[in-house]
Amino acid sequence: MGRIFSLLFLLILSSQGHALQTDSSSSTALTPLLEQLPSTKLRAMGPLIEKIAQVKDVKTRHILQLMLDGELYYIKANKQLVQAVKAENRQYQLTDALTTEPVSVVKKSKISKVKTNNRLRSSLRSLIAKIDLTDDDKEVRLQAVKQLLDSPTKASTATISELIDKEPDQEVQELMQATMALQQLRDGEISEQITALNTLSGSLQPAVKNTIVNLLSNLQEGDLTEQQASLKLALQQTLDSIESQASFYGFIENIFFGLSLGSVLLLAAIGLAITFGVMGVINMAHGEMIMLGAYTTYVIQIAFPSIIEYSLLIAVPAAFLVSGLVGILIERGVIRFLKGRPLETLLATFGISLILQQLVRTVFSPLNRQVISPEWMSGSWQINPIFSLTFNRLYIILFSIMVFVSLLLILKKSSLGLHVRAVSQNRDMARALSIKSDWVDAITFGLGSGIAGIAGVVLSQLTNVGPNLGQAYIIDSFLVVVFGGVGNLWGTLVAAMSLGLTNKFLEPVTGSVLANIIVLVGLVLFIQKRPKGLFPQKGRAAD
Amino acid sequence: MTTQVSESNKTNSLFSSKNPLHLTIGILLITTVLVTLGNLLFPEGSALHVSDYTVSLLGKYLCYALLALAVDLVWGYCGILSLGHGAFFTLGGYAMGMYLMRQIGDRGVYGNPDLPDFMVFLNWTELPWFWAGSDSVLWMVCMVFLGPGLLAFIFGSLAFRSRVSGVYLSIMTQAMTYALMLAFFRNEMGFGGNNGLTDFKEIFGFSLQSPSTKLSLFIATAIALAIAYGICHFIVNSKMGRVVTAIRDAESRVRFVGYKPEHYKVWIFVVSAMLAGLAGALYVPQVGIINPGEFSPLNSIEMVIWVAVGGRNSLYGAIIGAVLVSYAKTRFTAIMPEAWLFALGGLFVLVTLLLPKGIAGLLPTIKQRLITKKDAPDTQQKGAKL
Repeated sequence: MGRIFSLLFLLILSSQGHALQTDSSSSTALTPLLEQLPSTKLRAMGPLIEKIAQVKDVKTRHILQLMLDGELYYIKANKQLVQAVKAENRQYQLTDALTTEPVSVVKKSKISKVKTNNRLRSSLRSLIAKIDLTDDDKEVRLQAVKQLLDSPTKASTATISELIDKEPDQEVQELMQATMALQQLRDGEISEQITALNTLSGSLQPAVKNTIVNLLSNLQEGDLTEQQASLKLALQQTLDSIESQASFYGFIENIFFGLSLGSVLLLAAIGLAITFGVMGVINMAHGEMIMLGAYTTYVIQIAFPSIIEYSLLIAVPAAFLVSGLVGILIERGVIRFLKGRPLETLLATFGISLILQQLVRTVFSPLNRQVISPEWMSGSWQINPIFSLTFNRLYIILFSIMVFVSLLLILKKSSLGLHVRAVSQNRDMARALSIKSDWVDAITFGLGSGIAGIAGVVLSQLTNVGPNLGQAYIIDSFLVVVFGGVGNLWGTLVAAMSLGLTNKFLEPVTGSVLANIIVLVGLVLFIQKRPKGLFPQKGRAAD
Repeated sequence: MTTQVSESNKTNSLFSSKNPLHLTIGILLITTVLVTLGNLLFPEGSALHVSDYTVSLLGKYLCYALLALAVDLVWGYCGILSLGHGAFFTLGGYAMGMYLMRQIGDRGVYGNPDLPDFMVFLNWTELPWFWAGSDSVLWMVCMVFLGPGLLAFIFGSLAFRSRVSGVYLSIMTQAMTYALMLAFFRNEMGFGGNNGLTDFKEIFGFSLQSPSTKLSLFIATAIALAIAYGICHFIVNSKMGRVVTAIRDAESRVRFVGYKPEHYKVWIFVVSAMLAGLAGALYVPQVGIINPGEFSPLNSIEMVIWVAVGGRNSLYGAIIGAVLVSYAKTRFTAIMPEAWLFALGGLFVLVTLLLPKGIAGLLPTIKQRLITKKDAPDTQQKGAKL
């Protein structure tokens, strides 16, 4: 029989021949069973699919899943098993069920569905679950249990109780226990329910909470027997403990989000803390330095599409150089002529920011550009079912601290840092001691701008890269620097983090826009009270 | 030599004493009369005809000029660089917008006689408390001055008392207008959210679409500008104005002499905010819309560049700057929209680097050159030496 079919396949679909040959050799045990599928009656289908499920083959699961999804068809002419998906004009796109290679597009009348019914579907489900639960990969098993946990049935608990003792991994085993307990909680007697609750008390799965809430709302109505009352009490206690844990993790999550927002603010503001704080130059084009950094990332990804994974690692130094050089250019070309005239500097640099924005608009188009996140930046660290930390935010926090520390080291330990501090404290004296103050100015400004460029690389991972990217951060950055105390890097750190945290803790209460406004108004009021910021500079350098 | 010096003194006095007041108001009135005549007497198609569109455009420029005057008063004469005057301008505009909104009555899309369209859209059943009375002219006039004035008073007295000055103050004013922008973008604020207030029908019973109303609004703006110019001129030349100028130049000394600089600063800040509010109120009926975009920090900073181009420390300079830059903007955005921001940005850089006193700073020099050339062509070399 099988040979004849293979021959038929070869004759009719010669193009498919090669794939079929190689494939049929690997699924020899499966093929004869599958060939029975089109002709089997519904009644005999149950034992057949169980036999199929027992075959250890990579294709087995795929076939069963197709059957469950109602996409498993066979071609009437040759009984070939195919996956049929609706295409245009009432046609069906056929894909070979075994080889997953496209076959052809045909009318509905040419194909026929492999019969299933509800009973079959539920056994299909548990068969698939069983296949997954016995998979060698731990992740697959974990996913399978999680799926069962969402809607546990008697059948699935039976499957699990068979497998639970053989399960080598503790995490999967615990989930299995939770699934069984949840099933009991749903369908068991009251005494069983109470014991199940004990098992579930530490579980944070959303399904557990939903079930408890449902049961509780059912118990609200009418008079309760003594047993029901004790069940209600137990339910309530478990729910309380789940909710207190949830609010605890919510709190931690808020702190995490706040810190990550704070790190973004820190990165955006720290360059300004150097140019504005240390040098006393008001650079309204600082936001555009950030924007240039973000566009540098974009350009690098466009220029080297083959190494997207490492593009950020290249983009960081590249953005530092691009923004830094533009910064030096601005300092040499404009700012140095406006020394000691802060308001004019403000206006001139604002003009530069307009020019840079329009430049980017003309070169790259006014639309937002898409910057790709590399694989290692996406994903998250799942700590428990309701709490996870996303990798990109985690990296950003770490990265911003790294930048902060290295900047602190440069300013405090290197000879350049010494010169920068000397010039900012007493320019004439520094010059008298043979420090080239012009050169120091240019390099410092370049450093501050370069760090803004690095901030742009980071921001390109979080928001859209567009010509207005910088404008969104300029006011925030200035406020962070002023709030922290001008000329004080530690102040900038504290200010950025506390602003980030305040924002994130206000957000759930007030909504993000209002939170933004409250923070702004609060800052303005704070600066009225303490014009020198959180950590004012003391001594001679102060004025 | 001596004749030369006295001559240059005379030319300076031409521009610094009472003359610019008469000259500016004179030029303003003549322009207004000419535009009015051009619009009314000459038929369309005639070379001398001034179209309704041009009248509206000129009216808009004059609003900007009034606004520039307000900025100049605090920046040029008191040294307070406000990057938040757009907030006062827009608040004045909103006060007028609210009044115009109520004048629509039941002619809106939803036909509700009491509620503006956007409130009906938000399913509100009654006017919020801060809209109470907004259908009366008196209320509108009060709010045009009170709204911006109060904000300036609160902000100013807080800021100046704690001696926030210079760049810090500039950034804080910018933060103020930014915060207001975010707030007004919210629908819950009750000012029309994103779309702002628009679809106005009439003002004081006259249709806003009719040419005669447009012309009247233009004339009203010109008169307002002339009066405001007079007031500013008076303030600047009064004793108080001298103290204010002294504060700009040496705040500590003024304090040591026994004045309270913060009082003067708050006072001039409030006056300036009210003028800005008036400009906004005149602006809204002529352009037909007011929305939170007017709060954007870029707008406020554009006002500053008008004054910088025209020349701060000179009232007529502010007017020249506002009109010139706005005209350039109209032309540029029509011909090459891309180039406008380049031009504006370049203007910022060039003016601050090369022309710190603006156009008004150039005028006396040019005038002096002309006089030197005409009167004594042979002493040109001497003049160059001077």
